Amino acid sequence: MSVTVHLPTVLRSHAGGAKDVTADGATVGEVLTALASEYPGLSGQVVNADGTLHKFVNVYVNDDDVRYMSALDTPVTDSDEVSILPAVAGGAVDSSRSLPT
Amino acid sequence: MLHVTEAVYHQMVAHCLTGLPEEACGLLGGDPEAAAVVTCYPTRNVAASAKLYTVDPKEHLRADRDAESGGHSIIGVFHSHTHTEAYPSPTDVTQAPDPTWHYVLVSLRDIRPVVRSYRIVGEVITEEPVTVSSR
Repeated sequence: MSVTVHLPTVLRSHAGGAKDVTADGATVGEVLTALASEYPGLSGQVVNADGTLHKFVNVYVNDDDVRYMSALDTPVTDSDEVSILPAVAGGAVDSSRSLPT
Repeated sequence: MLHVTEAVYHQMVAHCLTGLPEEACGLLGGDPEAAAVVTCYPTRNVAASAKLYTVDPKEHLRADRDAESGGHSIIGVFHSHTHTEAYPSPTDVTQAPDPTWHYVLVSLRDIRPVVRSYRIVGEVITEEPVTVSSR
């Protein structure tokens, strides 16, 4: 299957600035592996060395978060769009009370 | 410098106030080259905490698609600090997802909300002025 992969801004520099790229694979994992093979700078950015999805990255197949499906084993078809987005988080949990001088 | 419209400014602050006692968060859509925010995307804080925030991933996806369909992109994030200064915490810095983004903090520590914006590149925090225009 050849699917469209939508890249977040932070990863586009690794794909020549492209917003959308195409990659082959029958599953999300295969698509991401193919992507990393085509664009080596993406290696390790989405999938960890142990083959698991990076904790601070969210991957969707169309409107579905793959973490609620079969993760990297989630199947894809030609008409699917895989979207990669960074997790956006933070908080004042360890905030200093003072402003910088 | 970050440019926001009055509507965006008021939406950000209103969302943060409405989110009390928890931290509130949202995404900012606009023109990255001009550093101009035209759309505020208030999102759910799935951490549901007074000290932590996590933008709802599904809402992030929707906001990203909406921004791009309008020829814009997500250029930053805002969140509230309910009891501390409008300054990025160590957690804000380590979890900053994109060095090109603008990070807006809304402090609700005092009766009047304080809004400040920063660039976070690696571990370097640089405050930037925020201009508010009528449109």
